[in-house]
Amino acid sequence: MIEFTLWDIVRNLLLALRWTVALSAIAFIGGGLVGGLLLTLRLGLGNGTRRAIGWYVQLFQGTPLLMQLFLAYFGLALLGLEVSAWTAAALALTLYTSAYLVEIWRGCVDAVPKGQWEAARSLAMSFGEQLRHVILPQAVKLAIAPTVGFLVQVIKGTALASVIGFIELTKAGSMIANASFKPFLVFGCVALLYFALCFPISLYAQHLEGKLHAR
Amino acid sequence: MLAEVHADPIVRITALRKSYGTNEVLKGIDLDVKRGEVIAIIGKSGSGKSTLLRCVNGLEQFQDGALTVNGKPLLYDSAMAMRELRQQVGMIFQGFNLFPHLSVGRNVMLAPTLVKKRAANEAAEQATKLLQRVGLAEKFNAMPDQLSGGQQQRVAIARALAMEPAVLLCDEITSALDPELVGEVLRVVETLAEEGMTLLMVTHEMSFARKVADRVIFMHQGRVHEIGPPAELFSAPRTPELKQFLSSLHD
Repeated sequence: MIEFTLWDIVRNLLLALRWTVALSAIAFIGGGLVGGLLLTLRLGLGNGTRRAIGWYVQLFQGTPLLMQLFLAYFGLALLGLEVSAWTAAALALTLYTSAYLVEIWRGCVDAVPKGQWEAARSLAMSFGEQLRHVILPQAVKLAIAPTVGFLVQVIKGTALASVIGFIELTKAGSMIANASFKPFLVFGCVALLYFALCFPISLYAQHLEGKLHAR
Repeated sequence: MLAEVHADPIVRITALRKSYGTNEVLKGIDLDVKRGEVIAIIGKSGSGKSTLLRCVNGLEQFQDGALTVNGKPLLYDSAMAMRELRQQVGMIFQGFNLFPHLSVGRNVMLAPTLVKKRAANEAAEQATKLLQRVGLAEKFNAMPDQLSGGQQQRVAIARALAMEPAVLLCDEITSALDPELVGEVLRVVETLAEEGMTLLMVTHEMSFARKVADRVIFMHQGRVHEIGPPAELFSAPRTPELKQFLSSLHD
């Protein structure tokens, strides 16, 4: 039997951490893009679009992320689309993230007083100009803190990608735990690594929130 | 004050009806506004006066009737037509509605650069002139939240003027101001009136309406209840509703 030193464990976990970070980044950037698009559609188009996006949000917020991952991985395969664990995880997390971000951002846009829209409209600005030059600059300021805060949820959510065989931090942890017979030590290290990733982001979000309220 | 009046009205409102659900708030309004005319709209809250004003630039949709500005009908379905109309019709709000993330100067410059595609230096020059006109030339780089309410409202006037509108709508523009700041805003509006700007204003400042308006409209329960020159309307109200409204102001 091979003896695992602490360094062996940590080194392998750190290597797997890269994929947690990469998956989080993809989910966050992809989710941000999709969320931004949905928000624009929601604001710009009529009630039908609003309802459709509302259902989209409810669907992703009302089902466990784990199920979404299963469905993306096995469901797409059922449809004849052979997807890797990578693609399935990236897809499911992107959609999941977009559903939450569009809700967070919609709240921020709603928080901009109605009079701002009216003033911009009265000045004959087009919808796009109203959004880009008047509403979004004010909404973005409000959105930064909760958006950064949500990033923490996404990072922890990537742990679930382990169940479809995607080798990120959690999956690597359970593989090493099985081989080394030191589950407590290994998962302790895994938890510490997540914490090391998430804690600074939480702090930063709190700092941003404080700065916003100071104004 | 009426020197520039042409034959055709700048705003023509015909049989306009507007309701929120089953609650009809405007019950058939007819009104012709001549060029250069100053019209004050008075009445109790809930009489539909603000709603009428907001119909003129399409912030509220009406269900029936017609409204033309400069001969062009108001069409909700055409974004182009609405933008065209709104370039003719400026609006000043009770709550100022300055853009808080932009400096005073950029508040004034924004719409002309976007909508009229004016070059930045040209727009800045125009903004400086307009701010001078409302007595705030030195505030070009200030942020809105650094100004008093009266100053903010004067910036809002400059911002509306920057689009060179043919008509200016004023929706209770002094109602949110401390009493000592009302005068500075009204003086600016009075100057505009003297310069021949067409003004439609909803106001609670009766002495101002009396002094500046060419015609006063008393609205009651969604209708134009009485209309006439201020001297007549204020000193010899014909209907009991207007009499009661005017006497209630002195309580």
